[in-house]
Amino acid sequence: MIDLSVNFGGIKAPNPFWLASAPPTNSGYQIMKAFEAGWGGAVWKTLGVPVVNVSSRYGSVNYRNSKMMGFSNIELITDRTLADNLREMEEVKKYFPDHAVIASLMVESRAEWEQIIKDVENAGADGIELNFGCPHGMCERGMGSAVGQEPEVLKTIVGWVKEAANIPVITKLTPNISDIIPPGLAALQGGTDSISLINTIKSIVGIDLDTYAPYPIVDGKGTNGGYCGPAVKPIAMNMLKDLAQHPEIGRIPLSGIGGIETWRDVVEFILLGATSVQVCTAVMHYGFGIVREMEAGLRQFMEERNYNTIYDFAGKALPNVTEWKHLNLEHKVVAEINADKCVGCELCYISCDDGAHQAISLSDDPLNRIPSIIEENCVGCNLCSLVCPVEDCITMVKKDDGTEHSSWNERTLNNDIPTTFNDDRAGGKGHFVPKPSDALKI
Amino acid sequence: MAEYKKPKTEAEFENNFKQKNPLMNDTEAYYEASRCLFCYDAPCIQACPTSIDIPLFIKQIHTDNITGASKTIFESNWLGNACGIVCPTGVLCEGACVYNHQDVPPIKIGRLQNYATNKTIDAGKVIFKVGESNGKKIAIIGAGPAGIACACEARTLGYEVDLFEAKEKPSGLTVYGIAPYKITNEEVLKEVEYLQNQLDFNIKYKATINSKAALKSLEDDYDAIFIGVGLGKTRNLELEGEEKENVIGAVEFVEELRMKHHKLAVPKKVVILGGGNTAMDAASEAARMGAKKTVLAYRNSKEKMGAYRFEYDLAISAGVDSLFNVTPIAITGNGKVEGVKFAKTEMVDGKLKTNMNNTFIVRCDMVIKATGQAKQGHLYGLIDDLEIDTKKRIKTNDEFQTSNPMYFAGGDAINGGAEVVNAAYDGKMAAQGIHNWLNK
Repeated sequence: MIDLSVNFGGIKAPNPFWLASAPPTNSGYQIMKAFEAGWGGAVWKTLGVPVVNVSSRYGSVNYRNSKMMGFSNIELITDRTLADNLREMEEVKKYFPDHAVIASLMVESRAEWEQIIKDVENAGADGIELNFGCPHGMCERGMGSAVGQEPEVLKTIVGWVKEAANIPVITKLTPNISDIIPPGLAALQGGTDSISLINTIKSIVGIDLDTYAPYPIVDGKGTNGGYCGPAVKPIAMNMLKDLAQHPEIGRIPLSGIGGIETWRDVVEFILLGATSVQVCTAVMHYGFGIVREMEAGLRQFMEERNYNTIYDFAGKALPNVTEWKHLNLEHKVVAEINADKCVGCELCYISCDDGAHQAISLSDDPLNRIPSIIEENCVGCNLCSLVCPVEDCITMVKKDDGTEHSSWNERTLNNDIPTTFNDDRAGGKGHFVPKPSDALKI
Repeated sequence: MAEYKKPKTEAEFENNFKQKNPLMNDTEAYYEASRCLFCYDAPCIQACPTSIDIPLFIKQIHTDNITGASKTIFESNWLGNACGIVCPTGVLCEGACVYNHQDVPPIKIGRLQNYATNKTIDAGKVIFKVGESNGKKIAIIGAGPAGIACACEARTLGYEVDLFEAKEKPSGLTVYGIAPYKITNEEVLKEVEYLQNQLDFNIKYKATINSKAALKSLEDDYDAIFIGVGLGKTRNLELEGEEKENVIGAVEFVEELRMKHHKLAVPKKVVILGGGNTAMDAASEAARMGAKKTVLAYRNSKEKMGAYRFEYDLAISAGVDSLFNVTPIAITGNGKVEGVKFAKTEMVDGKLKTNMNNTFIVRCDMVIKATGQAKQGHLYGLIDDLEIDTKKRIKTNDEFQTSNPMYFAGGDAINGGAEVVNAAYDGKMAAQGIHNWLNK
């Protein structure tokens, strides 16, 4: 029997699908609608002293025919009064006592933190999320990512909050740093019950070629926005991995955020150690209904592998994510083209010849557009298989027998690494490269 | 003009009856699925008689959750595989796709649906379970789409189910009555087998229920009975010479073709009477069987034809000629058909009038009557208190229950002849109706 319920650092929810603190959680109406649709939790749009927002708030990156592959916003925290938000929060909890309602908070002084924590606790919030991530507007006022970028300040505020709060505390981190560990450790040392990440990334999504202003344009000007959507998922997953693998931080629950749209994204985040996921952009694009696809897919995945809860596979990918120096240098794959499937686009040829290792050749017969792999030149980089538009046409075939293992680390210990500029142990030594002048013969 | 040569082998037959909706490959399915906009309150769902959550299954295909996609499909429509191929999607889901408003081709929903279910069926993925037994039994008369759908739904609700089928194969018109270029026998039968393997319902073949005694024993042995008998033989036109050799009903013609393939003899000149989708199918098929001349004759104008425009176009592209505003008044010939005598018709004050002063003969060797099927009146007469409407369709309420509370009905028997998808919906909902009634 599959049980999707989670206990995330003391916050219980019927499933790990939560809405991130963002426009979709601006009101009780939206959150109730989301719970009806199947979401298990929601982080309320950040509460604090209400702001005044600009008109024209979102911008997007479209790629080919995909709309909103990347998404950027310059909206601030809630612009509604605290009283309105609290009244609605109370009502939501009345209808959905078993769903997780988490209040995202962002205020300045210790007194404000203490007051607003008391207020949201009285309204029935199941947890608090500290917004130390917002990278536009609020950070100019010393809040949001300004806090997330200063581990000491972050630790102090988490400490204040933990002292005042009777409900679990999630600390939400900003990715606008060079290393996620210091803020992660600071949150842990401040006493946080759990961490969520990532918040949005500082970005400019485009420039209007008529006005030379960045999107979204506010009366001829723009500012950096917070970038999110499918495009940021790889960055989020890497930071999640960093925290999950950390011996201390990895012990507290982690909520994954960043470009999650489908069940596959959800499973990938869980495999990297997340035990709840938060979604915003996909909901802003398609509405709350997308949770059906996520849940159906997650259940199917779990059913096929006999997992009963998400904890049965949470973090299972972590042992396989290692440092470069531990990768096996003896492993060898080579591309293979299935001539029956090839459609003759020759993208593999040109990508390899211009962009990689000149390991694909064309036929002399102009009617034969099927390229062939020059096996001795192929370094197994995958590029051709990535550009090939046909499913399973170019596959990477394992050539080593799996018996040998030597990593950079091991070779370093054995004094078997190139150390001088013209070292014979250079990996590319002897690898075929055409003569420079051959380029002029084509 | 004849477009097709007479098929002499199975391979030639297959070539003449090439599948109109061939199976998609992985790449095409992936690309096509990526085009779906995932509309809110999607028009395609509204247009589907079984309300399949189409954007959901397309997204599931796109995220490679094929089994999940199939589950989404079958949960709404037990004959999801067949419907993906034979549904008139152009007037249903695909006709409703918002891309049509942008002059962009709509998502190929039917073929995506078939792609998912076909993969799941071939992989033999078990996605449904028999419900916990409730000790009750349902008899289903007719193993067509309505009966099969009713059986599947009833099994998930925990009923024992026996189907009584007059013919030798399940699926009714899906296997016996649909044009062979729309779906192959194998494709139909494997879906039923797949469902039967999971839901374990019993089909008794060559088990015609046509006597009071047979009905009595069903009434004694079962808690409820579902009538999914579809329609009967082609109706008689009461034409002079109608009894002549080679005057055949369209349903009977298609059935013979589906069973005999290239071994069915189709003569040189064929006249098809009718203007509905069955007429278009029969005409297309006669042409693909290599008839030198195939003529479609309809009593009213082209605009008044009941057939979908794309079905007519398909017949025309197969080399079929058409005659409008003509009505047959006699079939001529000496023992065998030699021609059809037609009279011209015209609209007078909104009514179609036959002008007997304007007649002509079209010479032919075969006449296919696609002018409607008779209802299964004999069976209905045997059931106590069964109410029939003026068009001889069984009357049912919202729960698909007939005026005799023990009997439920669905499919062509209640709608007078519609699509497979309508029958699949009726059968499913009837099983729920039975469940509600027995648990009152």
